[in-house]
Amino acid sequence: MVVPDASTRPGRVDWLLIYPDTYEIGLPNQGLQILYELINENPASAAERAYAPWTDMEAQMRGRGVPLFSVDGHRPAAEFDLLAFNLSAELVYTNVVNCIDLAAVPIRAEHRDESHPLVAAGGHCTFNPEPLADFVDLFVIGDGEEVVAEVTEVVAEWKRSTRPPGSRRQVLRRLAAVDGVYVPSMYHVTYDGPRLVEVSPRYPDVPASVQKRTIADLGAWPYPKHQLVPLTEVVHDRLNVEIFRGCTRGCRFCQAGMITRPVRERPAEQVSRMVRDGLRRTGYDEVSLTSLSSADYSGIKEAVSGIIGDPMCTGLTVPGTATPGASPVSVSLPSLRVDAFTVGIANELQKARRTGLTFAPEAGTWRMRQVINKLITEEDLYSAVDSAFSQGWRRVKLYFLTGLPTETDADTLGIAQLARNCVSVGRKHTKAASVTASVGGFVPKPQTPFQWFGQVGAPELQRRINLLRDATKGEKGVQLKWHDPRATLAEGIASRGDRRIGAVIEDVWRAGGTFQEWSEHFNISLWDEAMARHGLSIEWYVERHRDEHEVLPWDHISAGLHRDFLWQDWREALAEHGLPDCRWTPCYDCGACTEYGIEHVVASPVPPAGGSQGTGQDLATGGFVPVSLLSGRPGRPAVGATVVGAAG
Amino acid sequence: MSRLRIRFAKLGKVRWTSHRDTARMWERAFRRESLPLAYSQGFSPRPKVSFGLALSTGYESLAEYLDIELSLPEGDEAQVDIEALTGGLTAALPEGVAVLAIAPIADRALSLQEEVTACTWRLAVAPVEPGAPTPDIGQRVERLLSAESLVVTRTRKGREVVEDIRPAILSVRLVEETDDGVWLECDLATQPRSLRPTELVAAMGADLEERFVRRLHQWIERDGAQWEPLAAPLAATDAPHALVRAS
Repeated sequence: MVVPDASTRPGRVDWLLIYPDTYEIGLPNQGLQILYELINENPASAAERAYAPWTDMEAQMRGRGVPLFSVDGHRPAAEFDLLAFNLSAELVYTNVVNCIDLAAVPIRAEHRDESHPLVAAGGHCTFNPEPLADFVDLFVIGDGEEVVAEVTEVVAEWKRSTRPPGSRRQVLRRLAAVDGVYVPSMYHVTYDGPRLVEVSPRYPDVPASVQKRTIADLGAWPYPKHQLVPLTEVVHDRLNVEIFRGCTRGCRFCQAGMITRPVRERPAEQVSRMVRDGLRRTGYDEVSLTSLSSADYSGIKEAVSGIIGDPMCTGLTVPGTATPGASPVSVSLPSLRVDAFTVGIANELQKARRTGLTFAPEAGTWRMRQVINKLITEEDLYSAVDSAFSQGWRRVKLYFLTGLPTETDADTLGIAQLARNCVSVGRKHTKAASVTASVGGFVPKPQTPFQWFGQVGAPELQRRINLLRDATKGEKGVQLKWHDPRATLAEGIASRGDRRIGAVIEDVWRAGGTFQEWSEHFNISLWDEAMARHGLSIEWYVERHRDEHEVLPWDHISAGLHRDFLWQDWREALAEHGLPDCRWTPCYDCGACTEYGIEHVVASPVPPAGGSQGTGQDLATGGFVPVSLLSGRPGRPAVGATVVGAAG
Repeated sequence: MSRLRIRFAKLGKVRWTSHRDTARMWERAFRRESLPLAYSQGFSPRPKVSFGLALSTGYESLAEYLDIELSLPEGDEAQVDIEALTGGLTAALPEGVAVLAIAPIADRALSLQEEVTACTWRLAVAPVEPGAPTPDIGQRVERLLSAESLVVTRTRKGREVVEDIRPAILSVRLVEETDDGVWLECDLATQPRSLRPTELVAAMGADLEERFVRRLHQWIERDGAQWEPLAAPLAATDAPHALVRAS
């Protein structure tokens, strides 16, 4: 175990990795844990961690003058060289500002001097960094594994120079030249009225476009090797092993699938080794094989049976005897594909605790699913549900989005119909069959084909939810859950905002609006008032369709995707054309591989068995059915009903 | 089948770990040590681990217990190396939790919950108001012990009940006075109703509060004498007070 060295050492670069939500939500974050280990393995640097204190704790800290501090060594945040935030969701932005302030560091980058830490941020939200540009000194775009050491090197040199006056700006300029690093203060923004004209570098050595970092070989980065085991219960409280990064299913609403391309699989024997070592080290009895669509891993069946059949994993033996233990390990696959094949794997995985299973058809009609490129047929869904109920599951949860492009009332009501049909399928097996339809409002995300789409307003989203509520009222076995459409609206402001939204985030924070992704703290009027105070129109920022030639606030940040590929895909969406997965079809030249000279790393040249999702396969012939499903805990990052906002 | 009783200490910052989280911590330690626990049958098998009396979050202890059941074929029991297991489990547990003793117990032994009748506690008593002068604690203790009955209103399972707590106060002794307050050691009954240190201090006066509470012993009665469920090596009970505070 690499234990952070809490002492200070001259010349060493100290990183404070901050997850701007509670410890219980933030601790399992794999990105943060990977960087934590890498930074601590590097003799030139050390990392500790901090999380956002809950409101009662914050009040105590402010009342007694206690600043934000690290959980590892209880060191004050301002003593570190870098405060590095993980940005997984837009509604945490006010918490980022709050953490900087709690650290006793000026919240605005322009007010910091050589005595203050550098404020950095990484994670999916950095693919539109502009709303936080006022507060963050540097963003790291894309995979962080390699670039942290490069940032450490530049900062180490600054430390050695004893940081003379004016050197902060110099170090930022040097950081701006590191591949994948975006330093907003090195760019000039021009507006024409409400319209953004240009984001241009101030200096010739600052890149006009920042390209994301991508590690070519996941097998070279078997991290975390020593997953943290919290003493208190957290979400996703189990061993997590990332089996591949990237996804080319091509769901058009999904930002994660667009920005993490190409697909890079971890070698199968490395997966088994990480599972075995991880279970032994942590003492967990559950492992999750994580990715954006785990059933797509080449040889997922072999990987799973390898774990199930490995006595080191399942039947621990007492030292000095050959006596096998009887403590089973359960395996979970988050982000399940919807088909019977997947249910079969889940059946193999989850021998006990077979309570609920989660699928994400995302839309209620085939037409709508072609628009969003989630190519699941009704037959896929029913066969998955049939398989689940026949194998002992009693509850199925279905995730849907509403407010999608071209959605009509017929599409919305299709959600109720699908849920109803799933209950009927389940009734053949159990009277207790229950289906929960969870509906989130769609927020168009940067760097996706839907980035040009005008988000559906909160009153209209509420009307659609009401339609569904009426349609499922008194329907036995169907439960409807939905996210607050007002939170969807606030997420929309932060998702596609430009630099002018920074003032809004600051105002919401000043008015006490922290923990905005928690329903008990979310307050839309803070957002409404702040937008009005700065003369910014919600309609313009959120609900307006963009045209092909509009300069988007994130155009100078590149996920490798060609803009014309995204635009073409947006037109295909409107034409209701699906686009099969490029792992097993000719290349569409989206740019993700070619821009970086890398390729998909998959072990199998043929699509996985089962399911018609874009693989062109006939479900009836695919896969080793019967199979069964996955388990109790949904794979999405949402945490119960307290987290609001649409999933991407 | 074989049952083992484990005595452990919980000292320092880890005292802020709740009873439930402590139970999960043990289950992980057993797995890290590859200990073949017996599992319950049925739809949702659970390892056969039973904890004794719960320790309030924030209290330290030199006398926590749990009983576990191993799944071993006949004849294999002898192969469990108690000494290696003691060290191994301590290493697999978080800092502050240490195994003090392990011993086999009879298959039909009574559960800890049934058998334990009293606990010995050590704690500091100090004024609630910071900086307030410490009242005469000796006098307060005297008053408690000389009372025939101490009728208080307590909340039991969400309901208010009026109870005489005097029978549960078996003894209270003044130990020393330090900057942290006046240190007491007391024996409080756990049966038929258990009395918590915080309730004892409340009975001494609303102006006082308890600090640094540590359980020193749990007691069972057999043949009219008091025994510990598992005696710990002497050194363990002489451990200095853990002054590592969670800050």
